[in-house]
Amino acid sequence: MLNYLLHRLALIVPTLFFVSVLIFGLQQLLPGDPAIALAGEDRDPEVVAFLRAKFHLDEPLPVRYWYWAKGVLQGDLGDSVRIQKPVSELITEKLPVTLQLAAMAIVIALVIGLTAGVISAVKKDTWWDYGANVFALWGLSTPNFWLGILLILLFAVHLGWLPASGYVSPFEDLKENLASMIMPAFVLGNAFAAVLMRHTRSAMLQVLSSDYVRTARAKGLDERVVVLKHALRNALVPVITLGALGLGELLGGAVLTEQVFSIPGFGKLIVDAVFNRDYSVVQGVVLFTASAYILLNLLADMAYFYVNPRLRH
Amino acid sequence: MKRLLFIALAGFAAIANAQTLRIGLAEDPDVLDPTMARTFVGRIVFAGLCDKLLDLDEKLNIVPQLATSYEWSADNKALTLKIRSGVTFHDGERLDAAAVKFNLERHKSMQGSNRRGELAVVSSVEAVDPSTVRIHLSAPFAPLLAVLTDRAGMMVSPKAAQAAGDKFGAHPVCSGPFKFVERVAQDRIVLERFPNYWNKGQIHFDRIVYLPIVDSTVRLANLRSGQLDFIERLAPNDVQNLKSDSRFKIARIVEIGYQGITINTGKSDMAQKNPLGKDARVREAFELSLDRNAIVQVAMEGEAQPGNQWVAPSNRYYAKSVPIPKRNLERAKQLLKEAGVPNPSFTLMTPTTSDGQRLAQVVQAMSKDAGFDIKIQAVEFATSLNLADKGQFEAYVLGWSGRADPDGNLQTFIACKGPLNTSGYCVPEVDEAIEKSRTSLDPAVRAKAYEVVASHVSKDRPILYLFHRNWLWAHTAKLSGLRTVPDGMVRLQGLQMK
Amino acid sequence: MFGLAVVLLFITVALLAPWIAPYDPVATDWGAIRAAPSSAHFFGADELGRDVLSRVLWGARASILAGVVSVSISLLFGVPIGMLAGYLGRWVDALISRITDAMLACPFLILAIALAAFLGPSLTNAMIAIGISATPIFIRLTRAQVLSAKAEDYVEAARALGNPHWRIALRHILPNIVAPLIVQATLAIAAAVIAEASLSFLGLGQQPPTPSWGSMLNTARNYVDQAPWMAIWPGLSIFLLVLSFNLLGDGLRDALDPRHK
Repeated sequence: MLNYLLHRLALIVPTLFFVSVLIFGLQQLLPGDPAIALAGEDRDPEVVAFLRAKFHLDEPLPVRYWYWAKGVLQGDLGDSVRIQKPVSELITEKLPVTLQLAAMAIVIALVIGLTAGVISAVKKDTWWDYGANVFALWGLSTPNFWLGILLILLFAVHLGWLPASGYVSPFEDLKENLASMIMPAFVLGNAFAAVLMRHTRSAMLQVLSSDYVRTARAKGLDERVVVLKHALRNALVPVITLGALGLGELLGGAVLTEQVFSIPGFGKLIVDAVFNRDYSVVQGVVLFTASAYILLNLLADMAYFYVNPRLRH
Repeated sequence: MKRLLFIALAGFAAIANAQTLRIGLAEDPDVLDPTMARTFVGRIVFAGLCDKLLDLDEKLNIVPQLATSYEWSADNKALTLKIRSGVTFHDGERLDAAAVKFNLERHKSMQGSNRRGELAVVSSVEAVDPSTVRIHLSAPFAPLLAVLTDRAGMMVSPKAAQAAGDKFGAHPVCSGPFKFVERVAQDRIVLERFPNYWNKGQIHFDRIVYLPIVDSTVRLANLRSGQLDFIERLAPNDVQNLKSDSRFKIARIVEIGYQGITINTGKSDMAQKNPLGKDARVREAFELSLDRNAIVQVAMEGEAQPGNQWVAPSNRYYAKSVPIPKRNLERAKQLLKEAGVPNPSFTLMTPTTSDGQRLAQVVQAMSKDAGFDIKIQAVEFATSLNLADKGQFEAYVLGWSGRADPDGNLQTFIACKGPLNTSGYCVPEVDEAIEKSRTSLDPAVRAKAYEVVASHVSKDRPILYLFHRNWLWAHTAKLSGLRTVPDGMVRLQGLQMK
Repeated sequence: MFGLAVVLLFITVALLAPWIAPYDPVATDWGAIRAAPSSAHFFGADELGRDVLSRVLWGARASILAGVVSVSISLLFGVPIGMLAGYLGRWVDALISRITDAMLACPFLILAIALAAFLGPSLTNAMIAIGISATPIFIRLTRAQVLSAKAEDYVEAARALGNPHWRIALRHILPNIVAPLIVQATLAIAAAVIAEASLSFLGLGQQPPTPSWGSMLNTARNYVDQAPWMAIWPGLSIFLLVLSFNLLGDGLRDALDPRHK
């Protein structure tokens, strides 16, 4: 077990290296001169020249990568050119927001996905099965931004129950915070619910046909008890590890939802930075979210092994 | 139940008496340092944060702000400004001639300054006495006053600027009605009332919160649901909706900028390879195939003023001898026949914004009637600037946010050595006329020079000016005192909630 | 099954669009701007007077293409690379796996956006971008399947008979791992259609005036109050198509996976 853990930890290094190369390379490939993009409407030639020198834009690619990598290893992720703030500060500013959004989304996804998955497995091939399927798949079948706009129009404009967009810190006003996060969390959670449903259904079906469930049934236990106490608990394992993975994905991927709801999280930060050619921000934030994802991946695998002794070898 | 809670909270807010104005912006501003700033939306925040030497009124006249009066020397190469007394910066430092000198020199010499071009003609700044500044120019420069009503005229605290160096933008210290509290990138910018503001009688709010919300539908939704009191750049198609809602008011004024199509007439060899860039007759036919009134109606819901020059027809420097041509399909087809290209084809580069795309599609459909076959190429903004500067385009839908002085809309684009002359246009007579319009302070002389420029530009068509948009603001009906100035800024002096 | 039926219906519609669409999808009509549904325009007209029904029918092509071509690209690159990794093992596997992990660690949409921005906004480039961004999933899947197939008896037998590696890979292993790949591919098509709509939201997908459901939704969001039909029909179409692909994929999985019977 320990060996496996060490082995996995060691693998993180080359993976992160590739992540950094990948994201660095992609950025540099983006067309257009970043100095011009950052110089703004006036594009004063002296400002452009100044920016080019400041960010070593005239030097060859490997040299630029080296400057950046060196900084990262020393803990300096660079500065956002657009608003002149250190990337690390931007990360600490937005991490709690994204974390909260992701956590709320996962909870919603678990509630919807687990319920739909259980119903679908227990009542397989009936209308309940199809219904639960469609209900869970609904989230995966509608574009995030679209669902978001519809929800805003319904709940904020016409009903006035929830704020249309924006973010309020939970330390400032918890009620407002929850009100502003519930819609985006729902939009995100909806999509993930389908994934969870599939796995729950699949795991449940496997468990329901297994021996110890047959034994429980033979013992005359009430069907509901069989399902909920025995089957579900065992089916829950892969689902929970998936949940951890989902957290990792949501950390960097809530791009459109954050745009629509004006949630100042990582997704919005990265997209705006890509369009503004604010390289340091994209590189720094993606490196951070990728690291988080890899670590969560590792934790999920650890948890899976721990709970499922058959896989330990 | 939720209603009750909401009313209770609102009541509590009223009792607490901290009047906050929440303004929705269309983009997140860039760095909040007047010397380095480069976006339009950043200027809106500066309107609350930093006062300027001079300001504009609704008719684009120059009015005093930090400078109480100005006077040109006899040879027009020196501008003497009298500085208002008793003004302090947010950190308590006095605003005197020395501070003004410091600021102007900072604008000119700081590394990465975006104001350098605007103040290029300034050779030195002299603090004659604590309340008088004299700006020496290398040549007479009529647009200078207008330049000082924008970021180049904004004054920051020398002490704070020297202490912060190039990190000043993270915590700006200015002399406007509100001082900086905090900024969360892409979320909000919070300002609070500066108690020692020189014009504090005109300020009726304790806090201003600027909230950038990029999606115009969501921005409007925030206004309608009560989370914002004011939004800038209401989408033209939302005007109908909002008009019938008595809780809100819409304000509008024609912008000082323009929207048009820049044609590559000489920036690169792509100009020679395409009939549009090569032959002035084809460009004339293109213009004649367009009906500006219909474009404004369809693409902008009527929320724009058709135009054919770098300033709007309502501007005093509009050349009346060059009126807007009407659509003339017959003449267009005839010109194309004469030029030997009955079905010219070219690529129209357009930004990925919905406004730009709509305009491109309307132009494509209209010009088809004359035989034009336009291919629309949507290009992301950052890339498009690059392509334009390299001349890698045939035609480009490009707008300009506009400057108070017409020179700011003209010289950089049309003069031979203009830094943003992406068309590649160069005509010596036009350069001469532009020089004359910049160096003379006599409005009559300037107007005549612009007539000369207009007569050339309207025939050569390096830029096809199409229209001037309306700045559209929407706000709660409880807000009064909004001044609609064509520069699109939200001035806080005089604004109050009933 | 329901999923299959609807998918086939959409494909038919897409193929027949030029014949069944009542109007030219890019023909503007200033007199019919945002016209409500009527006998002249069954689904109403959009902000430039174009017929929404015709645009939805033609848009089916773009959306289905977006889904199918993207996934084909992913399969084209993902399956061979995954097979290489699974079959050859050792350092080839290690290298490929690390790169795949790296790609998977980057948010999918960010990769797609960066690629689409790099290639330039257009439907073709969006498909390439989505296809490349989804490739690591297929590499992973193929590799896992090959690893478990390698241990099977029939592979041992084939090797004992002296078959060269490439033949074992192509003729013995590949047919046996096709099933989960098809399932994943179907689900990936669903995700790709959504991804195209998302890229259009950011201005990077199908460019005007050619219709695609994603770009129609993107334009329509500005007019939701005045002209909801501009949004309803493409939105409904995306929903039905993606839902059907999802159901189809789930159905295929049920059919092909013996554990689910």
